[in-house]
Amino acid sequence: MLSKKQARAFFLGGTVVTFLIFIGLTVYSLGEAQDQSHSENITEAVVRGKKLWESNNCMGCHTIMGEGGYYAPELTKVVERRGDAYIKAALMSEQPWQPRGRKMVAYNMSEAEADDMVAFFKWIGEIDLNGFETVVSPLAKDKSNN
Amino acid sequence: MKYKSQKVAYWFFALSMLLLSLQLIYGLIMGFAHAGMDGLHEWIPFNTAKAVHTNLLVVWLLSGFMGAAYYIIPEEAQHELVSVKLAYVQLISLALVGVAAIVGYHFNYWEGRKFLEIPRPLDYLVVVNVLLFMALILITLFKGKRKTTTALVMSMGLLFAALLYLPGMIDFDSQVLDSFFRWWVVHLWVEGVWELIMGGILSFLLIKLTGVDREVIEKWLYVIVGLTFLSGILGTGHHYYYIGVNKIWLIVGGIFSALEPLAFLAMALFAVNMYRKGEKKHPNKTALLWTIGSAIVSFIGAGLLGFAHTLPQTNLYTHGTIVTAMHGHLAFWGAYAMIVFAIISYALPNMTGRKFYDTARGRMAFWISNIGMIGMTVAFGVAGVAQVYMERKMKMDFMTVQKDLEIHFYVLIIMATLFIVGITLYIIEFFKHGQPTDEALEVNELVED
Ligand code: HEM
Ligand code: HEM
Ligand SMILES: [Fe+2]
Repeated sequence: MLSKKQARAFFLGGTVVTFLIFIGLTVYSLGEAQDQSHSENITEAVVRGKKLWESNNCMGCHTIMGEGGYYAPELTKVVERRGDAYIKAALMSEQPWQPRGRKMVAYNMSEAEADDMVAFFKWIGEIDLNGFETVVSPLAKDKSNN
Repeated sequence: MKYKSQKVAYWFFALSMLLLSLQLIYGLIMGFAHAGMDGLHEWIPFNTAKAVHTNLLVVWLLSGFMGAAYYIIPEEAQHELVSVKLAYVQLISLALVGVAAIVGYHFNYWEGRKFLEIPRPLDYLVVVNVLLFMALILITLFKGKRKTTTALVMSMGLLFAALLYLPGMIDFDSQVLDSFFRWWVVHLWVEGVWELIMGGILSFLLIKLTGVDREVIEKWLYVIVGLTFLSGILGTGHHYYYIGVNKIWLIVGGIFSALEPLAFLAMALFAVNMYRKGEKKHPNKTALLWTIGSAIVSFIGAGLLGFAHTLPQTNLYTHGTIVTAMHGHLAFWGAYAMIVFAIISYALPNMTGRKFYDTARGRMAFWISNIGMIGMTVAFGVAGVAQVYMERKMKMDFMTVQKDLEIHFYVLIIMATLFIVGITLYIIEFFKHGQPTDEALEVNELVED
């Protein structure tokens, strides 16, 4: 039968080995050669857009790359789906945006802020998501009825 | 209860119950919003409700874990807590930081990063608070007469949980990196170090409740936490499939996360077997019910329902849908909420001297809340699967699908009401115990050992 000492060795050994592999894989994945996000395209506008994305907790309702709230549409390919003008109108609206009845917070953004958000979405929209992009969006666009 | 300082646990548990009640109100607000009734939108928009709901969950669970540690560590180490006064300071500061964060969320003061919405300045206060907590626990442990495996595993879980908070505080310009390291906190908490905390509490309770030999229980504890880390660390990859990092995670995350249910299966088998083996049964039936229940429901919610969407081929379609919410509810409930309820049910009679060991209200609280939660899981599950088919397979528009899903949220609200009845009974039972007293020390000596 397994002894307590062996059980502890299994715990410590397994932890150390998988932890080291995890760190190794992280370093490998985040290396430049593996980049799928076109990080060279992260301009200042994109960074400002990301800050707005965070400071307003957009992720509390919407998903982006599949992460966030399940209350409002996935925004990974939103530029491709709606175009800049539509997005800016939603963000700059003084009244809650609610084309289909469900309300969004009225952010009343300035034109410059809305441009930054669009820059952020454009960068997101070009990331290679290992196939997820084909499930969440371009196809949805074909069928979308408004 | 064998040491006077263990009484401080009571107040952490009471804080837990208070925050849990608030969490449920915000859950209902979201349930109604999904069902098409968003009358509170102007004051509590959905993103506020969601941040409050999930953050209160995390804070009440942490408060429960801290209470558990203040109760368990002195007893295991056979040493009074080094400073009760500082433990109260820690309690009050935890409550204040928690409340400040929650209030801030109503005024657009947050960091929109799912589960880690607490803004940076408050993050630092959290760090200070947790450092104080860890110092009190670790010093007590090391001054103590014995360092049991149960106490070590639990403290290790708490310490790693504290350390893992830090990667969530790094700033990135890239959303991809932000997300990558956010999972070091969120995933490695719930599918890693929190399982050590859960395992530690479970093993403490099984030793007390079943009378099985400590050596046997602690040996299996090592096996369980061994399985946890072996699968859970590399299992982090199941969050990296579709967020803009390379394809290696499809393989690594797929294989290792598929093994994660083993740790939960082991936990369930362990609890049931120790119960069967035990000869010296403790009269506290309510605590036993929650203990065994937690081990079983966590296997269903985390193990089975986690497995249901963890392979990359399935996750491609379910990622970021209500299917995820289905799993999130039953997993958090079974693994962490129920284990906190178990330790509370065990500790309360010992701290207060009131022997509510096997009351009708206690049993009803268990069954009604569990049936309610399983009903909620089914409602989320049906809505989620319908969403996946309509939106992701049939390519229907997001909002068109959401309209069709409203009916499932009515079912959710009904089930949630049942759940809330169960929780209310539990909280009534909690307060019926009255407050902790030193006299309880003497009463216990007669019952235990
Ligand atoms: C009154 C009972 C409850 C109701 C009505 C409720 C409802 C909800 C709703 C509607 C969401 C939002 C899903 C979305 O983003 O669209 C949610 C999220 C969540 N709830 Fe609850 N909930 C309740 C209780 C609980 C309990 C007891 C727990 C934990 C044990 C819990 C854990 C969570 C978690 C972890 C999330 C985030 C899920 C995710 O984003 O994947 N909830 N809840
Ligand atoms: C007690 C343990 C667990 C808890 C509390 C838990 C909770 C959660 C929560 C709240 C989420 C939503 C995260 C988000 O998208 O923001 C999630 C996602 C996920 N969980 Fe778990 N989980 C647990 C265990 C497991 C296990 C053991 C597995 C696999 C076998 C698993 C598989 C998954 C997967 C694949 C996702 C991603 C869903 C998606 O792509 O949207 N979980 N979990
Ligand atoms: Fe995970």
